[in-house]
Amino acid sequence: MRIVVAMRQLADLVEELEVDDSGTDIDREFVKFVSNEWDEAALEEALLIKEQSGAEIVAVALDEPDVDQTLYTAIAKGADKAVKLTGLEEGWVSTHSRAKAIASWLGDQQWDLLLTGVQAADDLDGQLAGILAAQLQVPHAAVVVSAQTEGSSVKVSQELGGGTIVEETIALPAVLGIQTARQAPRYAPITRIRQAMQSGGLEEASVAGDLAEGRPTVRRLYPPEKTGHAEMLTGSASDVADKIIELLRAKGLVKS
Amino acid sequence: MASDVLVVAERSGGQFGDITFELLGKAKEIASALGGKAGVVLLGDTSGVDALGAADVVYTIDDPSLSNYNPEATEASLIGLLRQVEPRLLLMGTSTYGLDWGGALSVAWDAQLASYVVGLSLEGSDIIATSQLYGGKLFAEAVLDGERGIVTAIGGSFPAEAGRTGGSPEIVATSATASAGKVTFGAIKEPDKSGVDITSADLLVSVGRGIGSQDNLELVQELADALGSPLSASRPIIDQGWLPKPQQVGKSGQKVKPKAYLSFGISGAPEHLEGMRNADLIISCNTDENAPIFDVAHYGTTVDLFDLVPELAEKLGQ
Amino acid sequence: MIFDPTLAVVETRKVFAGEGPGTRAIFYLLSLATLVTFFAGVGLRLRKYYAGRPAAEGRFWRPSRKGEVQDVTTKPGLGAGLMKVATNKTVRRDKPSVGLAHLAVFWGFIGLFLATSILSLDYDIVRNFSRFFLGREYSFYHGPFYLAYNAVFNLAGVAAILGTAHLMGRRAAHKEPQLDYTRAFKPEAGYSRRQFRQGDWLFLWGLMTLFITGFLIQGLRIDEAHFPTFERWTWMGYLVGLAWHGVGVSAGLAAHIHPWIWWFHVLLALGFVAYIPFSKAMHMVTSPANLIVNDPANTRRLPQVPNGHSGYTELADFTPKERLAFDACTKCGRCHQVCPARTAGAPLSPRDLILDLRQWVDRQNHIPALLDREDRPDQSGPLAGETTLAGSVIASRTLWSCTTCMACVEVCPVGIEHVPTIVQMRRSLVDAGDMDPTLQSALQNIAQQGNSFGKSARMRARWTKGLDFTIPDARKEPVEFLWFVGDYASFDDRLQNLSRSVAKILHQAGVSFGILYDGERNAGNDVRRAGEEGLYEMLVEHNMAALSSANFESIFTTDPHSYNTLRNEYPAYGLEKPVRHYSELLTDLVLSGRIPVKALNKTVTYHDPCYLARYNRVMDAPRALIEALGCQLVEMPRNRTGSFCCGAGGGRIWMDDSFLEERPSENRMKEAVALGVDVFTVACPKDFAMFSDAVKTVGQEGKMVVTDIIQLLEEAFDTDRAMAMSVAQPQADGADANPGEGVSSEQGPQ
Repeated sequence: MRIVVAMRQLADLVEELEVDDSGTDIDREFVKFVSNEWDEAALEEALLIKEQSGAEIVAVALDEPDVDQTLYTAIAKGADKAVKLTGLEEGWVSTHSRAKAIASWLGDQQWDLLLTGVQAADDLDGQLAGILAAQLQVPHAAVVVSAQTEGSSVKVSQELGGGTIVEETIALPAVLGIQTARQAPRYAPITRIRQAMQSGGLEEASVAGDLAEGRPTVRRLYPPEKTGHAEMLTGSASDVADKIIELLRAKGLVKS
Repeated sequence: MASDVLVVAERSGGQFGDITFELLGKAKEIASALGGKAGVVLLGDTSGVDALGAADVVYTIDDPSLSNYNPEATEASLIGLLRQVEPRLLLMGTSTYGLDWGGALSVAWDAQLASYVVGLSLEGSDIIATSQLYGGKLFAEAVLDGERGIVTAIGGSFPAEAGRTGGSPEIVATSATASAGKVTFGAIKEPDKSGVDITSADLLVSVGRGIGSQDNLELVQELADALGSPLSASRPIIDQGWLPKPQQVGKSGQKVKPKAYLSFGISGAPEHLEGMRNADLIISCNTDENAPIFDVAHYGTTVDLFDLVPELAEKLGQ
Repeated sequence: MIFDPTLAVVETRKVFAGEGPGTRAIFYLLSLATLVTFFAGVGLRLRKYYAGRPAAEGRFWRPSRKGEVQDVTTKPGLGAGLMKVATNKTVRRDKPSVGLAHLAVFWGFIGLFLATSILSLDYDIVRNFSRFFLGREYSFYHGPFYLAYNAVFNLAGVAAILGTAHLMGRRAAHKEPQLDYTRAFKPEAGYSRRQFRQGDWLFLWGLMTLFITGFLIQGLRIDEAHFPTFERWTWMGYLVGLAWHGVGVSAGLAAHIHPWIWWFHVLLALGFVAYIPFSKAMHMVTSPANLIVNDPANTRRLPQVPNGHSGYTELADFTPKERLAFDACTKCGRCHQVCPARTAGAPLSPRDLILDLRQWVDRQNHIPALLDREDRPDQSGPLAGETTLAGSVIASRTLWSCTTCMACVEVCPVGIEHVPTIVQMRRSLVDAGDMDPTLQSALQNIAQQGNSFGKSARMRARWTKGLDFTIPDARKEPVEFLWFVGDYASFDDRLQNLSRSVAKILHQAGVSFGILYDGERNAGNDVRRAGEEGLYEMLVEHNMAALSSANFESIFTTDPHSYNTLRNEYPAYGLEKPVRHYSELLTDLVLSGRIPVKALNKTVTYHDPCYLARYNRVMDAPRALIEALGCQLVEMPRNRTGSFCCGAGGGRIWMDDSFLEERPSENRMKEAVALGVDVFTVACPKDFAMFSDAVKTVGQEGKMVVTDIIQLLEEAFDTDRAMAMSVAQPQADGADANPGEGVSSEQGPQ
């Protein structure tokens, strides 16, 4: 069983994001890039499968800022190999292009299951799992909360919203978009990450060439205007509490 | 050029979700501007078709392969239908449907796709979609200038009323397209509703990441008890396992519409806002004055929840 | 043995009175067997010690460097260690009566041991050697020497008996919590510590019987000899002899009883000696040894990770010094009593931890333990075989319960250093990802943003925005003091106000100070103590880079935790500037008149932060400040180095504490409430946060006010005089701001 985990870097949402001069992308120069949190869940699910039934895990990501950190962390957590795909222009890579890059690399790889995060905070033109699966013409499922391999198939649970879960069996190879892993992503001790860095071992593969541009053209990126901001209650905690009780009382939700 | 707009209906437990009517309303607006028809695709059995009176046409694909959730079977049939109808635009929710099928359809049908859409309009022949990106921190205005477009919209972005108007749409029964059969349905599991039901409460006290630790939940639970309301929470609290899943408010949890919604320590990620923005009265407490929750709340305060909650509980206890 | 009966009076006695050559032979054979057993036992233990991992700090002994500035991490010399042992200083501390009793037994036992050794020297060595080599038998066991010998060693015997009696009485009558062997961590299958209690009593009764039979024999001998006048020097023996006589034991009868009691005494004594290395009695050797090799630096400056391991995972990881420390434990339970985790109902007792480790290490080394082991129906904990150390032998919940407050290390009368060993085991838990999810996210946040709050590293100095002046960036302009602000003081909404107050006061006093802005990261003290060594090193590297790009004379911190690592651990990474705590700095400024104050006339109590008082001996400065502000200080019963932890240290602030019966901070708050004061003063941002919560949870809100020393100072600040001062001296000269002469910390290890 060879599991590929497609990971990616994303501007840290903790940061205040600014729009660059073009007005159509974030200012990437001073933003800190971190691993997409859903991809971390995908990696965790892959590690759980590996622990349960044995598998080789390959983490793969486009060469984006600080991606080495993410890939070494994946190795520190238990991935067997990490591959960095180079050759793409820096900037806001569309999901369709991202999928095509990964698909072209997968072309000469042997793999059974590909896990990736269900979504990312900037995947304007859609989510990777479905796009990649369609390009590869393999089955897929997204919003997956559990994946367990059984021979040449994988048993998945998809979350339909409102807590409803649907269970399916999917023949391999398949692509899954992971919403949450069966357990919270594990911790990678810094010492192990450093050890992984010292022993090197990031593979690089070039994926330059004809990439898709399936994304609609972004003509403006902007922070939302504050529409209908709440009326702010100020004063001491006691004052504010009085006002809140008054509001609830007006709705008849607090007795007299 | 194509001028129809299609909506994929979302049903759960035989009921259409608000999203279906929101999208249908928007579909009518765009289709009429383009001079086309607003259609709804109804997958599986045709029950409840009467509720779709606002559509110009309802395409039904009544096939056993679609009676259960199955991304492969659904996509195959949808692609078949899309190739047959060739609309200008396909609308879905950025729900599991949109997240699961949107991307694959855009590849198979060769359409431009915009996700997380909260605003949609027409400029000439271009569709202009406004998407909410980066956790709601930025909006992107994108131009869908191709022949085909797919839009997955965030629930609550458009008024549902426009999609609920009556009428007698044309019903077009179509047949399913066979799929490769690599996805086999297993079972469907409804959430355990035996616990706290947050969807039917008039008043909800909701808590988020700002509470800090599981231990502090007690504090808010006391307030909820004093108000006689259930306790609900945003996703991080559920993910930590501090409260059970049925108590989660948000896109991936429950959508709630109480008379009043009191939130503490919730900053207001889009996922959460989608689940509660329709409450009659929203009062939010968060120490960050720039928190997005204040954009949907009617009243807000930046007083520390650790000061405010005990104060409220005490005053209510008297 | 030549004894000339014609000499009128020779003050001596016969050795082996009445025992024939056969008896003597048996005695010597038994003695030989005893010594072989004793040294075999000691040998087993030495072998166990030397099988340990040689630590970078040295096997047992870190030589103190010549010319080392007297500091909290200075290794005391051999003389100081011996003095501690000789005076039983650490045993007497906190428990004077128990300590005195122990001192009596200690010296009494040494006295009696010397008495036996001297007799053996005379009888077995001097006499035999002189006869063999000189042809004539010499002995010094007579005359004035004999008289003094008896007088002195009778005193030793009496002291030993009185001391032992006191200790027995205490154990029997006073049910002190530290003598209760109930475990803090309850194994699922149960356990029994009956053997511990039996071992304690066997030890006490064994000693007591040995001492008493010694005097009985002496009395019989004197009775037999018809009470020679010179034997009055053997004052206690003489009295016992009189007693024998008084109950009707004639000289003849005495001669008859004598051998029986003698044999009883001898067999007991030999048995006891053989028993020592396999029992609680071993502490007579191991405890003094451990006390001498105790190194105050070990807890303050954590040891390195063992080579090739990320933390302690197996037997081989324990150093000789740690193995000795396990053997040194006497189960006195003082650590058990003071431990905030144990008090709060957490599954950690430092005593149990050490005893479990000892039993496990001994089992792995096949060292038998007589009445000194815990029994369990299953093979769990200390009875586990070769298994993962952290998480199996010691439960991970136990290891995560430690607040690293160092109360156990401080109180331990035999110099055991629990905290470094706990951290070594935590390191392997971190490596295995065995931790609280909240701790994990805190560590992840620190790894990514340099703070536990998960806020952007660039927002670190955002709290300064509320000030009407700009704090200099020490990386851009030279300042006298570099303020290392710390995570909580920078990011916690409740504490940012305090940080602004510190800045305002220093600004008004004209002190030249700056901060590192977004160059600062979490100092790493608690990251290191949570066991994430790699992250700690990363933080140190980052902070050192920022510090070396800055221009300053000395550092001060608001956070005692940052203070500890900057002062004691950063020097190993190249930090050469002095580090002070803001309580020291503020005290200097107030006492030197740089900050004019009015008397507040308040009655307050003060909570000593663990990392300030116990770790770094800064106790006088905050007190001097409180008094300089015209406040009357009422001490809590647990104060200074005996302070009680708030529960936040060692990374505990990032972990769930809802399972505790009573949080340490609540326990502490109740202690303060009982004093009748209404102001609870702190000198640590984490304390302010912890106790502000505790005030609410113990229902004292509105009655007790938690106040940082900076708030007291702000309130006492004399604006009028400050105005006058600034008019008289418009620009405070930065060079004047050297408050070197004021109150500083009480330095040096105790």
